[in-house]
Amino acid sequence: MAEFLQFLFSGVTSGSIYALAALGFAIIFNASGVINFAQGEFIMLGGMVSVFLAAAGLALPFAVLGAVLVAVVAGLVLEKAAIEPARSAETVTLIIITIGASILIQGVAQIVFGKGQHALRPFSGEAPIVIGGASLLPQSLWVLGVSALMVAGLWLFFNRTLPGKAMLAVSANRLGAELVGIDIRRTWLTAFGLSGALGAVAGALAAPITMTSYDAGLMLGLKGFVAATLGGLGSGLGAVAGGLILGLLEAMTAGYVSSAYKDAVPFVAILLVLFFLPRGLFGSRAAERV
Amino acid sequence: MARWPWLTGFALLLAALPWAVPNAYLLDVINRIGINAIAVIGLNLVMGYAGQVSLGHAGFFGIGAYASAVLTSRYGWPPLAALAGGMAGAGALAFAVARPILRLKGHYLAMATLGLGIILSIVITNEAGFTGGPDGMPVDALSVAGFSPSGERQWYFVIAVCLWCAAWLAGNLVDSPMGRALRALHGSEPAARSVGVDTARYKARVFVIAAVLASLSGSLFAHYVGFVTPQVASFMHSIELVTMAVVGGLASIGGSVAGAALLTVLPQALAEFEGWEMVAFGALLILVMVLMPRGLVPTLARRFGGARARA
Repeated sequence: MAEFLQFLFSGVTSGSIYALAALGFAIIFNASGVINFAQGEFIMLGGMVSVFLAAAGLALPFAVLGAVLVAVVAGLVLEKAAIEPARSAETVTLIIITIGASILIQGVAQIVFGKGQHALRPFSGEAPIVIGGASLLPQSLWVLGVSALMVAGLWLFFNRTLPGKAMLAVSANRLGAELVGIDIRRTWLTAFGLSGALGAVAGALAAPITMTSYDAGLMLGLKGFVAATLGGLGSGLGAVAGGLILGLLEAMTAGYVSSAYKDAVPFVAILLVLFFLPRGLFGSRAAERV
Repeated sequence: MARWPWLTGFALLLAALPWAVPNAYLLDVINRIGINAIAVIGLNLVMGYAGQVSLGHAGFFGIGAYASAVLTSRYGWPPLAALAGGMAGAGALAFAVARPILRLKGHYLAMATLGLGIILSIVITNEAGFTGGPDGMPVDALSVAGFSPSGERQWYFVIAVCLWCAAWLAGNLVDSPMGRALRALHGSEPAARSVGVDTARYKARVFVIAAVLASLSGSLFAHYVGFVTPQVASFMHSIELVTMAVVGGLASIGGSVAGAALLTVLPQALAEFEGWEMVAFGALLILVMVLMPRGLVPTLARRFGGARARA
């Protein structure tokens, strides 16, 4: 039982990080129809910039804030400089553009931060809390708490504020949204900025647990994409559920089956799901219109 | 629809090239271009003509590379049999997954092919007993009926013949009824189905052909370089292949070769700028896609050759 509880804790912790990554994918996909392969780099930036600002003597909250700012700027620049000029391009072209951005950001991070691995100091203490024989790191509580706050904040944003409702309108029907006077370009910018912020928070939360390096974004980003697809692309609730399911599956596989194949679990899972449910677990079942 | 002028011209160019190249280093770069181009031609059939995204093609490249490495050294297969075994294996796997995967559309298809590629690369990395794990393994020399190519020049002709055959095969395929069917389903799948095109079968077929070509390319790479690492099957390598196809020009066989050339030369040329090569590579990728979303060869062909954008 203690063993199971241990795997449960680590699964929910990494699942929360995947959920935040998946939400970043979902927000951009909803607003613009673009799958942003640079989402993982926002997570990397969140971790790396926090580490280096903290090392430069900044207090932790300000270091994290700085990292979020950097990632938001990266998101805005990406949208303005690369996505907007290619708005009418095909899916493959847009995918290549975001992959180009991802390589570019990695390159800059490698030049600025070097190739080493870094860990951020845990937000509050390192003494594990023992529950039912399993130990829970205080940092995991931070991950869970902040992730829950972010999800609640996003819910408020999409249901209670004008920019949030505008974004939902754009995702439902772009032409209709334009006709009622919604500024599409500003909506896209907001989506990229918001995803940058989400990614950076996830990266800063995870950095004390998983270590971070200039190339840490690739796998995290891909798993975020898996989580977003698992739940059904574009569904916010689906992204959160997808992330948690992935984290749990991964932790249970690592614990009970094989830790070497832990990284393969998300991809096997998504293939199986797509074989039987081509639109993810919670995607719409609507037929395609011709 | 005569493709023979192009193919003859390509054959003459391939035959003349080694005499125009001054040193072995350049010939080595050209050989690597040729190996990549074989895989990219296949991938371009799937992406350019049939309009299906594949982000896991390096997985098939890895199957070929490791079939040649593992079957020859651990099981004593002759290299040619190992190469054929790799192609058969890649083709069989592609055939098995083609129907469920190619049923998906857009980003779901991208996700599934990406997942397939990553699973293959993780298996190759983890099964260290066969593959040598993350450190990779050496590969025996290629030998066919006593002849074993050595040196860049001999290898050049082996690769050139394979590349020409791949271009010939792709050209024939595009001009065949199957090519028409693929373009029809690229335009609109329901429309193609409604006029009697068995879209699932054609998509599966072209996927298998592309997988077999990627496996051939992987086997050639393994024997040519003499060493393989799991890097050959990685996600980044899949992305490189896709980038070559898209930057060179989708639905263009000449574009596949041009894209392979550009993206093989570029990292080598940028390698001396320590760290900046990634920045430059990423920036260039964005720039080409924003300015020429149709890719280099179709864009240039349109500009200089009027409407005859065929290559």
